[in-house]
Amino acid sequence: MTASSAAPPAWAHRGHPLWIAWLIHRLSGLALALFLPAHFLVLGLALNDPAALDGALRWMDNPWVKAAETGLVLLLGLHLFGGLRLLALEFLPWSPRQKTWAAAAVALACAVSAGFLLSAV
Amino acid sequence: MTQDADTLTVEVWRGDARGGGYVAYDVPRRESQTVLDVVTWIQQNAEPALAYRFACRVGMCGSCAMTVNGAPRWTCRTHVRRVAKAGRLRIAPLRNLPVIRDLAADLAPFFNKWTAAGGTFAPTATRDDPPAEISPETPQRAAADAGIECINCAVCYAACDTVAMVPDYLGPAALNRAWTLVNDARDGGQAERIAAVSGGNGCANCHSHQSCAELCPNGLSPTAAIAGLKRAAGRAWLRGGA
Amino acid sequence: MTDIRLYMLQRISAMVLAPLIVGHIATMIVAVQNGLSAGEILGRTQGSIWWGLFYGLFVAAVSVHAAIGLRTVAFEWLKLKGRALDLLAWAVFAGLLLLGGRAVMAVVL
Repeated sequence: MTASSAAPPAWAHRGHPLWIAWLIHRLSGLALALFLPAHFLVLGLALNDPAALDGALRWMDNPWVKAAETGLVLLLGLHLFGGLRLLALEFLPWSPRQKTWAAAAVALACAVSAGFLLSAV
Repeated sequence: MTQDADTLTVEVWRGDARGGGYVAYDVPRRESQTVLDVVTWIQQNAEPALAYRFACRVGMCGSCAMTVNGAPRWTCRTHVRRVAKAGRLRIAPLRNLPVIRDLAADLAPFFNKWTAAGGTFAPTATRDDPPAEISPETPQRAAADAGIECINCAVCYAACDTVAMVPDYLGPAALNRAWTLVNDARDGGQAERIAAVSGGNGCANCHSHQSCAELCPNGLSPTAAIAGLKRAAGRAWLRGGA
Repeated sequence: MTDIRLYMLQRISAMVLAPLIVGHIATMIVAVQNGLSAGEILGRTQGSIWWGLFYGLFVAAVSVHAAIGLRTVAFEWLKLKGRALDLLAWAVFAGLLLLGGRAVMAVVL
């Protein structure tokens, strides 16, 4: 019904911290969903071709791949802690400190991925 | 009474449902000037055919909301000083609604969704019964009170990106209204209301961007109300009601 | 677009996933310390009913969660509707369940 609207686009309602939290949640979820099939396929190699799995795992020792893996852990952390924030928002009594919780979720995700990077190198 | 000789450059969107564009006007800048003052000045001094909507001018009636520099605002209580950027204002009709003409948006879809969300009070008593005694202290009444100051201005609806992406979504104002009624002990239409907000256009679409709460001129949080509806509708679904 | 049934399925799958992801991240941080190898991974997981249940549940929950999530994104950003939208959601669900189930079997059996 708004398809017939001729109102010009407007953007200024966006970009506040909780809107950015939504964008992070959406993009991290999208990226993780696209990564999952590749992850499953590599692990599935153990079924028929263990040597190929070892080859894939050796390739993962490459520092660039380690950096990409840290990125994946960051995405997973962002989606996990951001998702816990949303579950709390929806299922627990309302908290007026939404922006604090969103910032805490990002901080936790950064800490976890830093922990992964430190143990990976 | 111009205290400041500066002029304001104001771009006003002019057009109708078929399209349009911005037209620039120079408006004298005044001390303590609202965006609605600016629009009214243009209509009275520069463009008599300009279409816009207002009534009370004091933040009660909810009819003067427009898009100001990209964000929806109640124009009668939005000071130019607070929103003008380098002496410039860009004023357009509300987003997410069809345009009638110039700054007047068609609010019919907005109000139709209030009805669709079960926004009509379903009385359980008649005029012959004594008035219900409702303590303002109960958590249920407190939850209702948190949302009843809505003035139907549609600022939240225009700010909502979920409405923009899911055009049939009932939206923050209608769902906020439904939540106040869910918490109204005198209402007898709860099962129908929960069913109305549980469907494909209902509360489950909300992404909690909270742009509604960010921009609500009365400081309400429709997101909090919708979270309450999600819990109520989710409980009903678990019991097999939806 | 999203009714309360899809919403609840996504939230319930999220609640199942949250502790599993915490366990998965902890395992990754521990396992990556000495470098990953097929022998190390399989030595941990092969023949373990617990890792089988852990990752089996993970795959089931993530298939539901990702299918509903991608359905929402496809509607909102790609304007996919009706039968095509449902088909996409079911295809994501079935595809992740099959690929993930195969991966779990590969490392556990």
